[in-house]
Amino acid sequence: MKKTTRATNLSRRKFIVSSAAAGGGLALGFKLPFVGSAQAATAAGTEVNAWVVVRPDSTCVVRIARSEMGQGTLTGLAQLVAEELECDWKKVATEHVFPGQNLARKRVWGDMATGGSRGIRGSQDYVRRGGAAARMMLMQAAAEQWKVPVGELTVADGVITHAASKRSTSYGRLAIAAANLTPPDPKSIKLKDPKDWKIAGKPMKRLDTADKLNGGKVYAIDLKLPGMLSAAVKACPVHGGKLVSFDEAKVAKMPGVRRAVKVNDGAVAVVADTWWRAKTALEALPIVWDEGANAAQSSATIAERLKEGLTADDAFADTKIGDALKVIAGAPKKVEAVYSTPFLSHATIERMNCTAVVTADKVEVWTATQSAEGSLAAACEEAGLPLAAGEVHKLDLGGGFGRRGGTQDYTRQAVAIAKQFPGVPVKLIWSREEDQAHDFYRPISQCKLSAGLDESGKLLGMHIRVSGQSINAWLNPGAIKEGKDVRQLQGLWKEPGDAQFGYTVPNLQIEYAMRNTHVPVGPWRGVNTNQNGVYLECFMEEVARAAGKDSLEFRRELMANHPKHLGVLNAAAEKGGWGKPLPAGVHRGIAQFMGYASYSAAVAEVSVSAEGKLKIHRMVLALNCGHAVNPDQIAAQVEGSVVYGLSAALYGECTVQNGRMVELNFHTYPLLRLAEMPKVETVIVPTQDFWGGVGEPTICVVTPAVLNAIFAATGKPVRSLPLKNVKLA
Amino acid sequence: MAKLNINGKIRDVQAEAGTPLLWVIREQVGLTGTKYGCGVAQCGACSVHINGEVRRSCSVLISDMKPGDRIVTIEGLSATGSHPVQRAWAALDVPQCGYCQSGQIMAAAALLGKNPQPSDADIDAAMTNICRCGTYQRIRAGVHMAAEMVKKA
Repeated sequence: MKKTTRATNLSRRKFIVSSAAAGGGLALGFKLPFVGSAQAATAAGTEVNAWVVVRPDSTCVVRIARSEMGQGTLTGLAQLVAEELECDWKKVATEHVFPGQNLARKRVWGDMATGGSRGIRGSQDYVRRGGAAARMMLMQAAAEQWKVPVGELTVADGVITHAASKRSTSYGRLAIAAANLTPPDPKSIKLKDPKDWKIAGKPMKRLDTADKLNGGKVYAIDLKLPGMLSAAVKACPVHGGKLVSFDEAKVAKMPGVRRAVKVNDGAVAVVADTWWRAKTALEALPIVWDEGANAAQSSATIAERLKEGLTADDAFADTKIGDALKVIAGAPKKVEAVYSTPFLSHATIERMNCTAVVTADKVEVWTATQSAEGSLAAACEEAGLPLAAGEVHKLDLGGGFGRRGGTQDYTRQAVAIAKQFPGVPVKLIWSREEDQAHDFYRPISQCKLSAGLDESGKLLGMHIRVSGQSINAWLNPGAIKEGKDVRQLQGLWKEPGDAQFGYTVPNLQIEYAMRNTHVPVGPWRGVNTNQNGVYLECFMEEVARAAGKDSLEFRRELMANHPKHLGVLNAAAEKGGWGKPLPAGVHRGIAQFMGYASYSAAVAEVSVSAEGKLKIHRMVLALNCGHAVNPDQIAAQVEGSVVYGLSAALYGECTVQNGRMVELNFHTYPLLRLAEMPKVETVIVPTQDFWGGVGEPTICVVTPAVLNAIFAATGKPVRSLPLKNVKLA
Repeated sequence: MAKLNINGKIRDVQAEAGTPLLWVIREQVGLTGTKYGCGVAQCGACSVHINGEVRRSCSVLISDMKPGDRIVTIEGLSATGSHPVQRAWAALDVPQCGYCQSGQIMAAAALLGKNPQPSDADIDAAMTNICRCGTYQRIRAGVHMAAEMVKKA
């Protein structure tokens, strides 16, 4: 390995030089306040390559580009890097990277966006190569120092040994020499066979737990900067409405208040010395809105529009096999049903918030984001500055679930406010009510399904028509080709690999009719697999019962061509004891679905009392995510997905009246609590031949398994959510 | 001006009478381990102990505090993170995003303070804080594990 003067190398060299002047261990060229953990804040060491910084004591600091919001990606990615690096897992620390630095270094850390359950599956290849390259450079440095062939060296736990000469040395001692070598070509690196993994694939403890237990962890909402002011904001309660005026004089003399300011066209903020004072003054501030035509919209008008889409002519068919409509029309036995699911908010417990400092030539923000580069773009655009003039300090999220992705509305607002206080840090925090009123909600939809069976109960044809709002139409219109938005049919796709329909039906038609509303929509943990999973799997239950067949057997007969879908269904059925006796009054339901390149299935056990009271006793979930990087954290995600799914199934509903959202806090938007938590058993069945997601895939089978168990208990299908509106007795 | 006993230290705070204790703790005293979740005593992210009782500090006004009231926040639960609940939480990797966990830990510690060996039904009744990540299964296991630690201690 010889030194070159390539640009990437130069940039790396600059880091080393700038810190060498400081003496001692080599520090990074950019400052690291407030990032992630205590270890990160004191990080000082040698950057061997973009992914690995080695400190003199051989602690290996692994750089993490994806956002940590509880899903454990930080630990999983560190495991993958450490596995190839061959370092001592007990001496692994992590630090976040900065999107401004990523741009300046030609996106050396790749895509920083964290959504779609892509954190691990989307970066596993290059982070493992990053760890391996660092190991190779450290070993090369030892070989050059000892003047022996690198092939004679062995490495374990960050200690390199030359057995023949009985010499050994540590990563910490080699880091500076290694950093001066040219990195190997990533393509030439041979990665370990996962069968040989010692760190990855194991249930390692999370690296980020300690300061979550003592109040020490600094979330974005906890940030303190010298001279900081706080802002509370209110946008027009009707989506799309405009700010007309506000009477600042009425609140100007309230304690701590600095100013009331316009925030673009549709919102107003009060800025004060504390957030509580800002919020108190905002509530007292007289505001005049122009609510616009959307004020006439309600849940009823929206439902009518969706209902019209169930039979309208403008739908497009993403799947058309045979002639489903004709076959169903002529079938001896027909089943038909209409399902519906509501808008849902994300309800992260940490409110939307962002701290911004804007000067004439610079914008800096501290925020909780699933899209650090999106935050950078939003901040710079709002400040009217080029990307190179901005930086984003990422703090771990107090919940994300899709809310804190590319939209970055709260980052824009914070910058719009801070721009009016040049040089002063302003922390914007939304109230819970603002958060519920201005989310990017899970889209509302309805689904009409019909099926035809022959006399023996064999499925001849199926027709699925989804009518509802499009996420792409709101956030990413460019993704809609010729008016066809396949994203809303996620989980019903014919293509293998990501979210494939798991049954073979001889005549099959799957359609989508786009029916948009004035309510903003966006990805919500699991996105469209959640609604589509309910529609398909609950209807499949209705069809199985109409056919007079066992729910599991009926599905199995249609799944011979989909062995991985079938594999998880069988695993859930086996662990769930499908077909085995249950205590009196307890009933089972089953479901399978695919999303995020992973296969999921669930068995639920429920009872429904004579008064209609539902109790969910136990849920077994099976997941095939290909490679299981941290089985304990996968189980944690599955357990959490049950809670997320059940909150939606039991209570989740955001309704619209006079153009605005009705449920503004947790007394009207309840979430599942501990007493309602069923016992969850997770069965991970990784086939090790692909990389699938973990954070989202299992939610979509939770609700249909429960609804199918309710059907078994009551003899009646549930076709509309949430269950709080459904009488079960 | 009011004097508050927080984690054994007397603090002078400046706040209007209608200010919730939560915001005094976070913005005046500067202890940010106690979290804002809903502001209406629904989620429990702001749970603290007042005279040994768990209370949702977003709905306790500063004017309701009496001289001599002892307030304990997550930062004051133990000097070294060694409270049985904290140790159990670490052993089971309970937190995901962690944002609600200060409140969950304070609720669990208060439960064990009164009922060192709680049943599942006791845990159901006492642990009513919301966790959006969905860590309830591990919270339940964590309370039982902490109870075992208390028994052996």
